[in-house]
Amino acid sequence: MIKILATGMNHETAPVELRECLATNPHGIQAALAFMRDAPAFREGMFISTCNRVEALVVTEDKDQAKKSIVSLFSRLGGKSGTEFQHALYHYEDQEAIRHIFRVSSSLDSMVVGEPQILGQIKEAYREAVRGKTSGVVLNRLMHKAFHVAKRVRSETGVCEAAVSIAYAAVELAKKIFYGLEKKRVMLIGAGDMAELAARHFLGQGVEGIVVSNRTFERAVEMAQEFRGEAVSFEEIPAQLGVVDIVLSSTASPDFVITREMVKGALKRRRNRPLFFIDIAVPRDVEPRVNDLDNVYVYDIDDLRGIVQEEVVKFQRWLETLDVVPTIVSLREKADRIIETELRRSASALQSLTPEQREAINILTRSIADKLLHDPIVFLKNKAGKPMLENYLDVTRRLFNLDDNNND
Amino acid sequence: MAYISFYIALGLYLIASGGFIVYMIKQQAQAFRVAHKVLITGFVFHTFFFAHSFYLMGVTPILDFKAALSFFSWAIVLAYLLFYKRFKVMVLGSFAAPFSAFLMIISSAMPWFEGPVRPIFKSIWLAVHVVTVFVGNGLFAIAFMAAVMYLIQERQIKQKKLGAFFRRLPSLASLDNLAHYSLIYGFPFLTAGMITGSIYAQLAFGKYWQWDPKEVWSLITWLFYAVLLHERLAAGWRGRKAAIMSIVCFFLLLFTFVGASFFMGGYHSFDSLGVRQAI
Repeated sequence: MIKILATGMNHETAPVELRECLATNPHGIQAALAFMRDAPAFREGMFISTCNRVEALVVTEDKDQAKKSIVSLFSRLGGKSGTEFQHALYHYEDQEAIRHIFRVSSSLDSMVVGEPQILGQIKEAYREAVRGKTSGVVLNRLMHKAFHVAKRVRSETGVCEAAVSIAYAAVELAKKIFYGLEKKRVMLIGAGDMAELAARHFLGQGVEGIVVSNRTFERAVEMAQEFRGEAVSFEEIPAQLGVVDIVLSSTASPDFVITREMVKGALKRRRNRPLFFIDIAVPRDVEPRVNDLDNVYVYDIDDLRGIVQEEVVKFQRWLETLDVVPTIVSLREKADRIIETELRRSASALQSLTPEQREAINILTRSIADKLLHDPIVFLKNKAGKPMLENYLDVTRRLFNLDDNNND
Repeated sequence: MAYISFYIALGLYLIASGGFIVYMIKQQAQAFRVAHKVLITGFVFHTFFFAHSFYLMGVTPILDFKAALSFFSWAIVLAYLLFYKRFKVMVLGSFAAPFSAFLMIISSAMPWFEGPVRPIFKSIWLAVHVVTVFVGNGLFAIAFMAAVMYLIQERQIKQKKLGAFFRRLPSLASLDNLAHYSLIYGFPFLTAGMITGSIYAQLAFGKYWQWDPKEVWSLITWLFYAVLLHERLAAGWRGRKAAIMSIVCFFLLLFTFVGASFFMGGYHSFDSLGVRQAI
């Protein structure tokens, strides 16, 4: 039984130190592909290596052996023993693996969801695999489908703009408060991956400047350098509230860092210009009552998660309908092919007809085909997202012989 | 014959409203483009209607409530078109067009003004008075719509319930900006309208000011808008408070427009402008 396996690590499962030592080697891909060619457990394989992920996608008949081989491949590339990074690896099989690679190439698995480079990187990795002769029937087909899906995700959901990450949701909200972010100033209080990521997002939107504050001033200075911003001490925060427009807070402080009085005082100085707090800290940094003030908006981590969740659910629903699409498309293609062949075959008999009559026959044949296919297609669409879908798809494909290689 | 352009304008405003609403719900830019063009065409017919009436009657053709409503509707479309050119707030059409169409429907239900016209209406000051007042009204109507949209959007963001309107409405800053500029542009028009009105009153009736209910209520409306403008410019009011105030002001304006015209008598009331008393 042939299985598809995806094993690797990404920004969520592995710290950057670990990803680095696997991803930096420029000849890593060639070495990996050479390894895949030699390892008996792999029938086909490709190797993806970007700054946020290192991943092997293989087709195998012996999945346990294949898993072991991938681990030893990683440890050879990174110069580390398997036990050191075992915990950081994820494994997907078959359906899961297919879904995973679809998600990766559609940039849904990226640190910044919707970032456009990943598709190019995956395409390059696939091209290497073709050049290295490690890809075969299964991978070719899978990857072409993945590229197709990525294209559709982009054109149909506009996922590049969708708020599918917390940082992105924060930026989207800010845009609904401020319109343009070009002239806005951001203050980052405390350190934390998520807050820094959000700050980076805001910088990507072209905010005018960034102010960094931290309990330890040295750390603030360090971070300010990283963001090309300005460091201020904790005591200066109330004064800064009069100047900045967006506050990203994620300190470890057990008390509120920003109180209602503090913001109320600042509002007078800023002549009621709106102020947007994004509170990523747990426990919270911004007193919830701050949200009651006019022209001040406070979103904490749960609020943002709620928004992201809505988007994810919407997308998930869409993704589920995607499973039936390839089958429906092949059904239609098959019908078209039959119509074309049959019309060609009868061409000589139809020659005596006028162009209008020929057109009528053309329309007639197509509408017969459409009517015949209508019910199966509606049936499949209704099964999208239902548990038995796979079986129905399988039966349909076999019933209409859609996987015949001549069809492809 | 002359009325045909009026009904064409009404029809086109209704079609445009439908298009704008489709745009609002389905977010299809195509629907917006069509609706916008239909609205412009309707506006051209509407303008032609007034020009034609002016030509036929020889005086400013806003002598009864029917014409006043229709002219108000015209002014709102004008204000919308001007603001669209500058601010590109597409969703504004979804509010302005139905509002204009609504005024036109009421207007169309009223009887046409007929009969001879009193010679005192033949004054350029009356024309200037009417046009400036109504352009001001149209701009304040835009300010009102911006304020309503602001409150809807603000509520969604504040309460963290991002419903269907969240994506469809522009940002708070754009809406506040829109309200701000429509107020700033509208106020001089209202002021000029009141001044030219009193000049006309002096010429026609020999008195600048005669405590007519419409005069008094207009002054109150003007004062309210003056307060709002002052608070916005000097005290830095913005957002919710300014939006609520803008809505209050607009209701006052509507009351002055409708209530003072109908229920309180005075020479502004359209009855007294009419033929019956004139003859």
